Amino acid sequence: MLGLEKKDTSLLIIVAILTMFAPFILNPFPEGSALAQFNAGYPDLMQRFVIFGIFAIGFNILFGLTGYLSFGHAAFLGIGSYSAVWMFKLLGYNIIPGIVLSVITSGLFALLIGYISLRRSGIYFSILTLAFAQMSFALAYSVLTPLTNGETGLQVYNSDPQYFHSENMPNIPHLFGAKMQGTYSLEMGPWSFDFNTGYYLCAIIMLGMFYLAIRIFRSPFGLMLKAIKTNQTRMNYTGLNPRPYTLAAFVISGMYAGLAGGLMASMDPLAGAERMQWTASGEVVLMTILGGAGTLIGPVLGAGFIKYFENIFSKINDTVLHQWFAFLPDGMENFVITIIHPFVGKGWHLTLGLLFMAVVIFLPGGLVEGGQRITAALRRRAGRSGRSGDDASSTDTTPAE
Amino acid sequence: MGILEIKNVGKRFGGLQALGDVNLSVAENTVHAIIGPNGAGKSTLLNCLVGKLIPDTGSVTFQGQSLLGRKPYEINQMGVSRVFQTPEIFSDLTVFENVMIPCFAHRDGAYKLNGINPVRSQNDIKEMAEAILNDVNMIDKRNMVASSMSRGDKRRLEMAMCLVQEPKLLLLDEPTAGMARADTNNTIDLLKEIKEKRDITMAIIEHDMHVVFSLAERITVLAQGTPLVEDTPENIKGHPKVREAYLGEAQV
Amino acid sequence: MDVILLQLLNGLDKGSAYALIALGLTLIFGTLGVVNFAHGALFMLGAFCAVTVQRLLSISFETIDPDKVDFLGNPAKVKTPYVESWFGPEMGGAIVDWSVPIAILFAIPIMIAIGFIMERGLIKHFYKRPHADQILVTFGLAIVIQEVIKQFYGANPIPTPAPDAFKGSFDFGVLLGFDPNAVIYPYWRLVYFGFAAIVIAAVFAFLQFTTFGMVVRAGMADRETVGLLGINIDKRFTIMFGIAAAVAGLAGVMYAPINSPNYHMGMDFLVLSFVVVVVGGMGSLPGAVLAGFMLGILESFSSMNVIKSIVPGIDQIIIYLVAIIILLVRPRGLMGRKGVMED
Repeated sequence: MLGLEKKDTSLLIIVAILTMFAPFILNPFPEGSALAQFNAGYPDLMQRFVIFGIFAIGFNILFGLTGYLSFGHAAFLGIGSYSAVWMFKLLGYNIIPGIVLSVITSGLFALLIGYISLRRSGIYFSILTLAFAQMSFALAYSVLTPLTNGETGLQVYNSDPQYFHSENMPNIPHLFGAKMQGTYSLEMGPWSFDFNTGYYLCAIIMLGMFYLAIRIFRSPFGLMLKAIKTNQTRMNYTGLNPRPYTLAAFVISGMYAGLAGGLMASMDPLAGAERMQWTASGEVVLMTILGGAGTLIGPVLGAGFIKYFENIFSKINDTVLHQWFAFLPDGMENFVITIIHPFVGKGWHLTLGLLFMAVVIFLPGGLVEGGQRITAALRRRAGRSGRSGDDASSTDTTPAE
Repeated sequence: MGILEIKNVGKRFGGLQALGDVNLSVAENTVHAIIGPNGAGKSTLLNCLVGKLIPDTGSVTFQGQSLLGRKPYEINQMGVSRVFQTPEIFSDLTVFENVMIPCFAHRDGAYKLNGINPVRSQNDIKEMAEAILNDVNMIDKRNMVASSMSRGDKRRLEMAMCLVQEPKLLLLDEPTAGMARADTNNTIDLLKEIKEKRDITMAIIEHDMHVVFSLAERITVLAQGTPLVEDTPENIKGHPKVREAYLGEAQV
Repeated sequence: MDVILLQLLNGLDKGSAYALIALGLTLIFGTLGVVNFAHGALFMLGAFCAVTVQRLLSISFETIDPDKVDFLGNPAKVKTPYVESWFGPEMGGAIVDWSVPIAILFAIPIMIAIGFIMERGLIKHFYKRPHADQILVTFGLAIVIQEVIKQFYGANPIPTPAPDAFKGSFDFGVLLGFDPNAVIYPYWRLVYFGFAAIVIAAVFAFLQFTTFGMVVRAGMADRETVGLLGINIDKRFTIMFGIAAAVAGLAGVMYAPINSPNYHMGMDFLVLSFVVVVVGGMGSLPGAVLAGFMLGILESFSSMNVIKSIVPGIDQIIIYLVAIIILLVRPRGLMGRKGVMED
């Protein structure tokens, strides 16, 4: 289907189902129940899931396939956001021009930065991209204030021209009149599910981008990128010029980042320089690694995982902890809470850092590899028990794939 | 006029004259071996041919076209392939993917950004790859990850990757270095077979005299960056200068 | 002329910090071949050593002074640091006042210990892993260290004053015949520069004149051969990591009075220090020092109003700009060897 292999088609369908039914899946606990804090089905967070999903999918095309570790991809996200907000300011709140422009400008910037940075590889490439991103960040804060509105952040004011704005159009980002903030709440007994226009728009775009990523992974271009990661010497002596391939991958991933930035601004028409800081670049690296660099589903998983736990962990405070551990004797309760306290609430970053280290140390292949190991272990166990029951069966337990 | 003409090539690294004044002509459809003791400049010479190094003086022409200043991939696209001392393959990819990459390079040139059509729909490429894997008896290993194979198989795969591009000149840098005797003999047989089946010129840099004398039709002896003699294997065997410079040392 | 001199001096203290951090980074990179993204965190830890020592020395007990009343008319409570009660007000007061220099004594063993633990516990396992993994794991470690510090010390900068003797500024201008107050320079910054110079000299002397240093230098040039000689190079490299950590820590301790330490100062300095290392040449110690001072001074010059009015914003980006140009024109850096880490 859609020019994909069966395995990839089913992956795409699974992701599609998950994203389409996310409002249900992410709100499994009834409103008002003690577990409701684990719900993640509210529009703002769901939008972040898919937007960062797009960002990570794009980053993976560069890092996962070619192995070039960029530490400056947040710059493209920021550029995308700024472009989109400018379109809102000049043309009006319809998000189409904003998103289109954000992809184009970030693509152009990626072309320029990539052309220069890709003259070096390895750690030098990482530092070059880092330098470019920090430069953009510093400029956005200082000299480029007329374009970026400096520390305040770029936003739409009443005095802005908005040439195509008409009276009957909403005064917030919309798609031909459909407000991005528009949410339909479905009440089912104690449950409540939110269906948000902005989320569904982002989700559909993410599915499209995911599909595109699969096509790239399975194409000759994708094969060349994998070859570049494995052995550039052989690549050169096979008559292939690695530079245009890596540059194309860089630009594509930059455009993905720009698209994510444009969508972010479309959900909330604001753009600030802090989006471009190198810690933000580190975050997307983290998502990709955590999920599994070089795998298709990994970045999406990683983005969802990090954004979900960021949200949940940040919400847990001492009061919540006291509720949880109320069953323990008082001394124990306080002790346990003292131990957990640094890792939750404002301490989420500490947990994140530890998690990150743990993944790099123990599970370089990320969650996907972890999942594969577990399935393999289960299969071995299943195979063993099967064999003990039937000695005649083949000893070959690994299925040929 | 040979297919590869090396004229007055010199190369200096700081104070070391790696290549003095090398003149060499490789005739079309022959197997030409370049031998010499360690430090004789064999590898430097090879690197000058493939575009990794640029010689300080002299000229290198392939089929009448200069190779100097061209990038390795450009030289490869002209029909020069190289086999490395330690096999350079795409070790994370499967054998089949390994072979497909040079097929793409052969069909599409140095780069073509084909990002949408899936690899598996490229039937011509798949046929090419299958044919060459059949040729080198590796078709049953097509789905193995390259890094998991034996060294002999890696060498075989690397040869297949070179041959599928139908090169006019194949450069081999110590193709049997570090191999067991059996593997060495297999490699010799493989090379002989290749030579029989195709119109191909080979230039071999080799240490192992057994390999050289089983394959070469012409031999150039390099010592201290300059060619000592160039002759047929029979004459080289008895040449006093060669014995002194090289074989004497090898036969200790 | 006086303006130029002033900027030159202003560049020195930042340059000193860059040079010291870059020196440590280069030591680690040159000896262990590891790209340490947690090195900024070590710098930050040093600064917090100063904070901690100052706090420890200022721990006080309260007494009620019957002679004084506070503004509400109640008997005033007077805080007296324990050290003052132990050593007498004068001696004790001096100790509290000099807490930053005293912190150096504590910082050296602490930082060396931290360095050992880091190398043995974590970095050791990453020698054979790709550079990307090294970057990522040390990046994670940097986040962890930073967050731990944030938990203990909060997010706000903590003022850590220098000893009273070094408060105030030195009027350089008068010395050289300019107008008074034209070129004034805080004493502590002079101290910092002098201190950095001493530390740098000590590291170089150590590498140049001791057997240990000789082995390490040989190891930097060719690790395998030195290993073959039967010298336990790994152990020496561990010690080297400790020294590099101590250098970063010392840079941090002394920097505390210049900029009040906060938990993200390490990250802020790290990016710039990497740039410094690249400009100086990966693996070249003199290169790191040279580039550190050079970029510090360059940054200070580009923040002059005259220059800013010609090229707006140049002060914000000059370092990155230089790094980009250097990387493209001379990838090995100012003094680096060719081909280091080019794969």
